[in-house]
Amino acid sequence: MADSNATMRVEVVSPERVLFSGEGTQVITRTLEGGEVAFLPGHAAFLGALTENHTRIYLDDGTIQNLAVHLGFVEVGADHVTILSDAAELEEDIDVAAVRAAKVRLEEQLRTEHSAEVEAELRRTHARIAATGGLDTSH
Amino acid sequence: MAGGQERILRGRIKSVQATKKITRAMELIAASRIVKAQQRVVAAVPYSDMITEVVRDLSAAGAGSDAPLLAGRSEVKNVCYVVLSADRGLCGGYNSGVLRATEGEIKEDALKGRGHTVVAVGRKAEGYFRFRGYNIGQSFTGFTDNPTYSIAKEIGEYVTGLYESGEVDRVELVYTRFVSAGSQEVVQRPLVPLDSQVTEGGDGKSETGRDYEFEPTPETILETLLPRYVEARVYAALLNAAASEHAFRQRAMKSATDNAEELIKTLSRIMNRARQDSITTEIMEIVGGAEAMSAGN
Repeated sequence: MADSNATMRVEVVSPERVLFSGEGTQVITRTLEGGEVAFLPGHAAFLGALTENHTRIYLDDGTIQNLAVHLGFVEVGADHVTILSDAAELEEDIDVAAVRAAKVRLEEQLRTEHSAEVEAELRRTHARIAATGGLDTSH
Repeated sequence: MAGGQERILRGRIKSVQATKKITRAMELIAASRIVKAQQRVVAAVPYSDMITEVVRDLSAAGAGSDAPLLAGRSEVKNVCYVVLSADRGLCGGYNSGVLRATEGEIKEDALKGRGHTVVAVGRKAEGYFRFRGYNIGQSFTGFTDNPTYSIAKEIGEYVTGLYESGEVDRVELVYTRFVSAGSQEVVQRPLVPLDSQVTEGGDGKSETGRDYEFEPTPETILETLLPRYVEARVYAALLNAAASEHAFRQRAMKSATDNAEELIKTLSRIMNRARQDSITTEIMEIVGGAEAMSAGN
């Protein structure tokens, strides 16, 4: 275990640009079939495929960067965590009202028909809601 | 009549001037888009670098041995060409470059007894190959000057589908690589199956030293990763092609503007001479008339 002051380089990269880049102390994400994983500085080399999830990056200044990551990969080394995703959104880029409306609409749709596409969209919506503070309306 | 000729020339100069204004505007637009397109090419590099690295790490861990997208086929009967051209013309030799390169390859394949499928990207490629009766799998049009990742995804899904169904045994990508604003080149790159150079770690030796933990299994990761890798390659090619298109257009429009300027110069010279001629004739007539009058006195 590395000392508690250690940081690591955290990058979230989409095909079109580098979405986020900074120094962090912890990253929590969720792998396919696996469940949530947290990475601290000094972690063993790790490679995982991600599911739709709410990823949290604990920055070295004490703040937390929330993201919705919709599938992708995470590559971890001792001093870096890299998330590759063709669809990831930062908390501040998500339109909360639109997402809530989409959740209601999608759940309604699923009640009458079952399609993998709608289910996937609903999972993305859930990730977005979690990334913007959950269903807590005071947020 | 000399005055009539002058009027015709004035009309022609006006029309050339109007054309020059248009070509100048197109030149400036293309020039400003090159910068943006170039930035997008650069912005896409980190992702494609990292995904390449991950694919390499995974195959070093021995996951890739039986993945269909990695394994080549011993006998190649059908080759698929993904041709990246422009939607519009007025960009010099940009379109003809990729189109000719592709047609040459197809003809060579035909001599070897191989079939072809063309995936046309851009209206120019679609028109060209359809008119000549080539076998077009699908065409993607309407975005070539500003491609997005979702289009790369569509193209990637389509060609991996073709490969997996056995319809084609190899997929080649033909596009114009953007080297710099002053130089671009038509290149042909194998897309599927993924070349062993990449998977074997660039110079052929597999990466050692880093021992990865995988979650889920390396095979599952690779299965979801390879299509993404193909898409990233297509996306990078699309961005390169878009930047090249703008560069070609800028050059073509610049020479069109220069040519219009030259034309205006020549035409004005001819017009001035015609005007002078008509004035001279007029003076001669007046002098001649006065002479005749004084002779009559």
